[in-house]
Amino acid sequence: MFDRRLVSNFDWVLLLTVLLLAGIGVANLYSATASWNPSATPLYLKQLLWLSGGVTIALIVCLFDYRHLEFFAVHFYWVSVGLLVYVLVLGKTSMGATRWINLGFFNLQPGEVIKIGMILLLARIFAKTANPFGFGLLELWKPALWLLLPVILILKEPDLGTAMMVIFIAASMLLFAGLKRGTIIGLTLIGALLSLVGWFGLHDYQRARIRTFMNPEADPLGSGYHIIQSKIAIGSGGFFGKGFIQGTQSQLSFLPERHTDFAFSVFAEEWGFTGSFVLLMLYLFLIVWGLYVARRAADRFGLFLAVGVTAMIFWHIVVNLGMVIGLLPVVGVPLPLFSYGGTSMVTTMIGVGLLMNVSMRRFMF
Amino acid sequence: MGLDIKWKELPVVQGRFLFYSAAAAVIFLLLLLRLWYLQVISYEDLQNRSVRNRTRVLSLDAPRGPIFDRNGTLLVDNRPAFKISVMRQEVEDHSLLFERLAPLLEVEVSELEERWQMGKRFPVYRPVPLAEDVSREIMERVQEYSVDLPGILTEVRPVRDYLEHGSAAHLIGYLGEITEKELQSGSFDQYRGGDFVGKTALERSFDSYLRGEKGERLVEVDVQGKLLRQLQVEPPRPGNKIYLTLDRELQRAADEAFGSQSGAAIALDVNSGEVLAMVSRPTFNPALFVKGIASDEWRALAQDSRHPLQNKVIGGQYPPGSTFKMVVALAALREGIAGPEHSVDCQGDFVVGGSRYRCWKKKGHGPTDLKKALSESCDVWFYQIGLELGIDKLSAAAKEFGLGAPVGYPLPGERSGLMPSQDWKHRRYGKPWYAGETVIASIGQGFVLATPMQLAVMMAAIANNGTLLKPQVIRQVEDWEGNLLLQSEREVVRQINYSPQAWKAVQDGLVAVVNTPRGTGQAAYLEDVIVAGKTGTSQVVRRKSDEEEELDEDGEIPYRFRPHALFVAYAPAEKPEIAIAVVVEHGQSGGRAAGPIAKKIIKRYMELKGNHPAGQEE
Repeated sequence: MFDRRLVSNFDWVLLLTVLLLAGIGVANLYSATASWNPSATPLYLKQLLWLSGGVTIALIVCLFDYRHLEFFAVHFYWVSVGLLVYVLVLGKTSMGATRWINLGFFNLQPGEVIKIGMILLLARIFAKTANPFGFGLLELWKPALWLLLPVILILKEPDLGTAMMVIFIAASMLLFAGLKRGTIIGLTLIGALLSLVGWFGLHDYQRARIRTFMNPEADPLGSGYHIIQSKIAIGSGGFFGKGFIQGTQSQLSFLPERHTDFAFSVFAEEWGFTGSFVLLMLYLFLIVWGLYVARRAADRFGLFLAVGVTAMIFWHIVVNLGMVIGLLPVVGVPLPLFSYGGTSMVTTMIGVGLLMNVSMRRFMF
Repeated sequence: MGLDIKWKELPVVQGRFLFYSAAAAVIFLLLLLRLWYLQVISYEDLQNRSVRNRTRVLSLDAPRGPIFDRNGTLLVDNRPAFKISVMRQEVEDHSLLFERLAPLLEVEVSELEERWQMGKRFPVYRPVPLAEDVSREIMERVQEYSVDLPGILTEVRPVRDYLEHGSAAHLIGYLGEITEKELQSGSFDQYRGGDFVGKTALERSFDSYLRGEKGERLVEVDVQGKLLRQLQVEPPRPGNKIYLTLDRELQRAADEAFGSQSGAAIALDVNSGEVLAMVSRPTFNPALFVKGIASDEWRALAQDSRHPLQNKVIGGQYPPGSTFKMVVALAALREGIAGPEHSVDCQGDFVVGGSRYRCWKKKGHGPTDLKKALSESCDVWFYQIGLELGIDKLSAAAKEFGLGAPVGYPLPGERSGLMPSQDWKHRRYGKPWYAGETVIASIGQGFVLATPMQLAVMMAAIANNGTLLKPQVIRQVEDWEGNLLLQSEREVVRQINYSPQAWKAVQDGLVAVVNTPRGTGQAAYLEDVIVAGKTGTSQVVRRKSDEEEELDEDGEIPYRFRPHALFVAYAPAEKPEIAIAVVVEHGQSGGRAAGPIAKKIIKRYMELKGNHPAGQEE
């Protein structure tokens, strides 16, 4: 049963790119938390642990043929939705939003699980229904329902960032499956209308964040603080940066959340434009490689799976970077492979495992 | 499966891979452009902001210049004081902070709240002072809990230390928080709100010499304002050293001699005009002002009917009474109205224009010449001579001696006293001058007013045969490298010309005041030195000479109606060095109340002179 080609076709490029990015991320965490209390377990060590766990998970995900997942996609989706309902009813409250299920060693975030669940389900649907002419608006009511159910549940938590991510991933996959011109226009109008309605449904803190994003200097010590401090950190890095562990903004704690959402600010401060450029090129390479994997996929399910996973990684990168450099509102989206946190690492690595799975089985029919 | 391949191989689907890759690249390019904008184009601005973010300039207060006496004895110094302030920008919940802080500082929360509100007038990055000059224990306690007190700063700064407490406080003056008006005036450009500046007397007039230059400390802080390390220090430059003309020992003797009575005493060097001792009573402790005086303490001082904040030496205006008689005598001698032997028969009163003016001695002095008139202070002699002289000549003579106008005391607060003339009265009241007014002016009553400083300056001029000297209080100002920044020179206001016989006649009369059995100033008699002096007892409430005095139940005149006691003197009579004026408010009798004070000052002066003969100038 075990095919020798699986080894020879193993996607080393993907794995090495991922390890390189995660390695830089761990080093950056080392710097970001250098001024922290040394008696506790250093955060970068914990992140290394998550990374090795993540790689293990990715390899496990490689072991079985992804095509089995097509069958389980619907079950997986319902389990994910079930978890979302579960946190809404019984979850652990943190920062005013209910997002976690405490598993003892791990805080499971159903919001993360549903990202994978959605990718699997949509890959299955689009693999079956994609046609050369593209979808019309009326053909979309079914996928729309599949999407809206978890999105509404996530918004109820409330977790605007994750809801947006799920929508972006779905939209990317849908667009790839192909839409009629009229459908694109129609969806755009519906989206605009929904965001207008959504503005009034937002929580105060969410609206504050968006307002602050529009004009951060209006409230420099309040909600604008994150963005201003992050911009100062990044900008003061200049072309070559202040040097490893030399970033004053981060080392002197002016930068909040510098180990999680704002980890890139620390990196940009210490490595300057040069470092930022290299890091962004690595990320871009990862995205293009993901699309390359999709293109070489043996079947449509594999193709959509790869597109979905790539879209997930892509949107996380763009939304996180856009946020820390002041192009997008602060929504609390981590930078994949870079921000500290087990959940993000596990989700990303499951995605990477799926990509490798699709990649190494590209010749198997 | 074949269908799969077909769909995937469609050019439109193949194009999507390219489109997606290109879209990703474009979006990344946008991110990079933004990074370029931040890290390259805005670099300088954001770099500056990051520097400001982590560095803070703490200003270091300069110690004010020390003040010494003429012999280099320290009178006013500085000591370290601990100050607690708060950085407003680092406080999220100030009520919670103050609730924790108030018990540590042993104050009410409301007081801290008040300070916080006051601090809102200033930029957010400026620390708001919460408690000035707290004890070392309180400061240590606050530092111990600093983790729970985000934004609280403890600072050490120099504050004034008055080694002599209230002594010469009116000369030195006190400090106070700078006012909005002073800040805007431009003459305090280095100062900021909350700083202390000289408010009165020497501290105010010489503020520019005393203030020094502030230093700066550039420190790196983290976001809690916690000081991480010092980057750069520019130490403050202390203020310049001021040497006064005062002699601390003589000042102490004068303070002690005056006791708890109200009034003023001043000792001048007859030959230089230098102030050797200056007492104004009641006094105040300038140390009360160093942390900002409490409002009730301030009210107590400002509303005290005995005026402790006024420098009575230059600001107290008293009818000079009989201490004015020398001027009348000298003018009469110069005008040829009366020679030294001119005799008047004193029967105890004098009648002019239907009014009767009494001599202080009801039964009269009998036949009286100038010497006796001075030594026994016969009023009738001067009534008559003064009337013959006329008010305008009297006034002119007095003005020559510095009465009726400021004598040029170098610090603010001097008042001019009053020397009336016909013209003055016409201008002031629109009424003609009456002869009776000349009569009472001749004994230094009525409209005549003089400050103790004026009387001392007058006395010095009588002692040195007419050289009217401007009083000096500052000997010199030196910086810390020993450079002389300012040195006071002897300043002659004018030379007053009288014949040697005239000077001698008056001077002999003054010696007789103290040194003859019937002299009114025997209380100032000293064995080792001949003192020349003149008593004065001046009435406070102007009343007609024949009016009955009102007495209180003990048969005494109520305090506020009691006459002021004056004594002016110089010594040694044969070669005068020191001139003195003493006013004891409501002291009843010049000879008994003021004389002994002058005597003690002179006695101490002679003792000190014996102790350091080489050190004395001249």
